[in-house]
Amino acid sequence: MRIALFVTCLADTMFPEAAKATVRLLERLGHEVVFPAEQTCCGQMHVNTGYQREALPLVRRHVRTFDPYDVIVAPSGSCVGSVRHQHPMVARRAGDERLAGRAEDVARRTYELSELLVDVLGVTDVGAYFPHRVTYHPTCHSLRMLRVGDRPLRLLRAVRGLDLVALPAAEQCCGFGGTFAVKNADTSTAMLADKMRHVLATGADVCTAGDASCLMHLGGGLSRLRTGVRTVHLAEILAATEHRDTADGRNRLGVGP
Amino acid sequence: MSQVFLGMPATAPAGVGHLRGTESFPRAARRALADPQLRRNLGHATTTIRAKSAAVIDELPDWAQLRAAGSAIKTDVLARLPELLVQLEAKVTEAGGVVHWAADANDANRIVTDLVRATGSDRVIKVKSMATQEIGLNEALAAAGIEPVETDLAELIVQLGDDRPSHILVPAIHRNRAEIREIFLRAMPGVDPALTDEPAALAAVARRYLRQTFLSTRVAVSGANFAVAQTGTLAVVESEGNGRMCLTLPETLITVMGIEKVVPTWQDLEVFLQLLPRASTGERMNPYTSMWTGVTSGDGPQAFHLVLLDNGRSAVLADRTGRQALHCIRCSACLNVCPVYERTGGHAYGSVYPGPIGAVLSPQLTGVADNASLPYASSLCGACYDACPVGINIPELLVHLRDQVPHPRAEATAMAAAGYTMDRPRLYEAAQRATRLGRLAGRRGRGLPPPLTGWTASRDLPEPPEQTFRQWWAQR
Repeated sequence: MRIALFVTCLADTMFPEAAKATVRLLERLGHEVVFPAEQTCCGQMHVNTGYQREALPLVRRHVRTFDPYDVIVAPSGSCVGSVRHQHPMVARRAGDERLAGRAEDVARRTYELSELLVDVLGVTDVGAYFPHRVTYHPTCHSLRMLRVGDRPLRLLRAVRGLDLVALPAAEQCCGFGGTFAVKNADTSTAMLADKMRHVLATGADVCTAGDASCLMHLGGGLSRLRTGVRTVHLAEILAATEHRDTADGRNRLGVGP
Repeated sequence: MSQVFLGMPATAPAGVGHLRGTESFPRAARRALADPQLRRNLGHATTTIRAKSAAVIDELPDWAQLRAAGSAIKTDVLARLPELLVQLEAKVTEAGGVVHWAADANDANRIVTDLVRATGSDRVIKVKSMATQEIGLNEALAAAGIEPVETDLAELIVQLGDDRPSHILVPAIHRNRAEIREIFLRAMPGVDPALTDEPAALAAVARRYLRQTFLSTRVAVSGANFAVAQTGTLAVVESEGNGRMCLTLPETLITVMGIEKVVPTWQDLEVFLQLLPRASTGERMNPYTSMWTGVTSGDGPQAFHLVLLDNGRSAVLADRTGRQALHCIRCSACLNVCPVYERTGGHAYGSVYPGPIGAVLSPQLTGVADNASLPYASSLCGACYDACPVGINIPELLVHLRDQVPHPRAEATAMAAAGYTMDRPRLYEAAQRATRLGRLAGRRGRGLPPPLTGWTASRDLPEPPEQTFRQWWAQR
């Protein structure tokens, strides 16, 4: 299958390992990955901070860039959530019904990584090997906007060598929330503190999730406290094999101890 | 169909009532977060209610359908609010009640004060009510020399403690029983100093105090959970029975009700009486449901006044997206599941409506400029939307309101620049390369200027990679 990668601006700029892992994983499964170079950012930060007018050109660019592809994947629940729920809204608010329709059409062909693997490609065992104790944080937008359910857990359970431990109070937000983390830094930090407490209680060496943004927040906190727990994107675990442990060694989210 | 624009309806006036805080949410939250007792009390209480509510909701196989029905009824009500209110007025009047229309808090306070004065009473007993908290009725009555006595146990704790409510359903949620004992000893007349902090002992002294007040006060003031337009019937749901006392014992009953509380028929009540207790207190059915229609000779209050309160609600109604906030039935499920509320408590929101619903309702009632920080008091995690028994899409509303907030100039400039850059791939790539200069920000970003210090105070900043994804892709 020919799959277009919607890399997301954050993974492209700060966490390329998650994006590279997505490419390696899909190619290993026998698919062709293409990268439309005209893509930049989906505009979620603008929309969520109250700048829908400024987001409109980004929505238009995203729709134009991805319209030619049948299947689109992003290693982020949050950005896929934005494409599905916000793009048509931004277009409608600007009075552009045609763009809204095209945005809905692109959104229907856009999948978060675990959705693509389980629902479209029909695999749960991707042949990965990752011999570590791992806990999974279901990020809010994957959980409540996309309803990915247990798809990521089914994928993780099939990874050889992986010891999956349940995260207490998993469904509570980690406190990232985009610009919320800066505008309401104290509240965000209080939420982070509780999330870190739960992660540490699992005794896991690795905390994983489907969103680099939440992991950046969690990883930043875990690093500041020198906990030694690494944050690794789900794609990196699924891309890891006996031959190539892409997620081993240093913290791929770059905020390791 | 032609439309005549008559101007925007007024928002709730400033200087009266409790819809505006004195400081921004982040500032108020900072102080609340520094109080470990508050966080413990809140964490314990919200976790308990959350579990209880989830368990009784799980019992109903048709919860999703009930929720959809609740939402549909409210949508219908808002679509024909004027006609339903006129019908309600006619039916209440027919049944011997008197209906008053209050455009705002000042109107409502004046109407109620005049009505109490006319009875000659210098004291009123009060049923727990959000509408009267919203308009600051207690302060207005006190200024007129009339003593308002809150009879809901938690509201009484708040009143005696000279405090503010911090939760819609559990106004004293921020207090534990040791603190409540101290408040009773200090402020309640005739309390034995040997009082313990056992819940039963605390309830017993409150009961003794309230019984005397119920039996010696001639006027009561209540809010309303629902009003049935079909028959002119008012409804109050509660747990303690103190509301029932207020609604039945006095000679005069004055009810202040937000105009969005009207429902068309009794059949519609069936839906809400199932939704509300399960979402709110986690009960299958609330212990007391009081309903009354006008006055009945020889039974209950012989004078009944209904004050219909707008106070910004018409302005909310005028916003096609924003109006769904008026669906709210004040269950507080969204507060109990909100990770922000759980940590900051209700006072940080500055308004009597705290939590996620407060963050979308208060700014709309006052106009967003007067509560500009509230739409940002959320990480947009979406737990509130899932919990809302009438399906209010609170995250959507928050984003909608953020778009209307007057933005700080520096932020607006940065956002415009980011938008411009991100719509030009060449510039975008240049900006990505500049991220590498982020190393100049010092190790782990600790040398960054404000507002980015908000991040680095508690979190290390990731190190920019050697190569962006698109550079790697181009070299493959």
